[in-house]
Amino acid sequence: MPEVQVRKKLTIVEEVFHEGGPVSGQPLRRGASLAVIHNPFAGRYVEDIVGFMDDLKPLGLEMARSLIAALGDANAVEGFGKGAIVGSSGELEHGALWHVPGGYAMRQLLGDAKAIVSSTKKVGGPGTRLDLPVTHINASYVRSHFDAMEVGVTDAPRADEIVLALVMTTGPRIHARVGGLKASEIKGEDGLR
Amino acid sequence: MKARIRKLATFLEETRQEMGMPIDPPTRRAAAVAVIENPYAGKYVEDLSELMAIGEELGELLTQRAVAVLGISGPRAESYGKAAAVGENGEIEHAAAILHPKLGTPVRKVLGKGAALIPSSKKRGAMGVVLDIPLGHKDAAYVRSHFDGMEVRINDAPRANEIMVAIAVTDSGRPLARVGGLTKDQIKGEDGLR
Repeated sequence: MPEVQVRKKLTIVEEVFHEGGPVSGQPLRRGASLAVIHNPFAGRYVEDIVGFMDDLKPLGLEMARSLIAALGDANAVEGFGKGAIVGSSGELEHGALWHVPGGYAMRQLLGDAKAIVSSTKKVGGPGTRLDLPVTHINASYVRSHFDAMEVGVTDAPRADEIVLALVMTTGPRIHARVGGLKASEIKGEDGLR
Repeated sequence: MKARIRKLATFLEETRQEMGMPIDPPTRRAAAVAVIENPYAGKYVEDLSELMAIGEELGELLTQRAVAVLGISGPRAESYGKAAAVGENGEIEHAAAILHPKLGTPVRKVLGKGAALIPSSKKRGAMGVVLDIPLGHKDAAYVRSHFDGMEVRINDAPRANEIMVAIAVTDSGRPLARVGGLTKDQIKGEDGLR
């Protein structure tokens, strides 16, 4: 399988103090790590692409590590998600190669987080925006942690590139108040509740 | 703090290759952005001094944040730029009040020097508006390898009564710069131009 070629990386961190309500003593931080890589399968149909998932594992770990560092440390992270934007000479299926290396890298570094890593993907041109979905790392149903972060790279993905993205958050939405399962009520057995 | 900040964001970009050519060390640009309440939204106010004071504090805060995400000391920064986007209930002049009278001095203090004019841009726009922050070498505006720009945007800002203020700092010029002109090792650093 081909070597992973990274053209560019982008790290975004948002710190939210309020959204019209009381100013929180603990601002919410949302961070995303993006890597623009060459799509080795661009421009033609390739049947066997699975091996590229293994090739992406070191990059997944590198991105997850730098994102955790940008947010402080692993203990600070409460929500996560991932996504990919495939350039116009690629297929949506190429974006799906990111599920395993992206998701497992985050789980591994976040202390065997139990919940499924929510995700999204699309095919698009340079500057395409992607809304990365976010859920609680240990229990998908924690309502306060359902969130999203919009990301994009001005000059990527070019036709033969893929933008890979990871997102992490440090807490609930800044004025979360619609009930549901609370983070304090997590049983932590099945990754759902 | 005079500024009522709703949100702060930082962006760190690292370019490792271009057209298959390796960039080693990678070129890096950082931007720090504050989303603040516009105290003058929705009305004409003659005296804009509150926004000027806000510009002064944001100059320090945002430059510190940009340098921090680059992981360098201030004096190692090579180029800089600033920009603001005013929400629909404000005036372009509000962006000018933040950017021009007082913001530059603390920026230069954090960066150690900064003889050159800080290039700037401003606009009025809706949430998600794109800000292109112009970049130029901090000590000599004519250094051609450092003429650049960095795009930032925040999907939920500026709201109608908000202003988005951005400062960009780099530790390098464009990737694979090769169009000649003054180079950084030729800087005299006396007049801010050459």
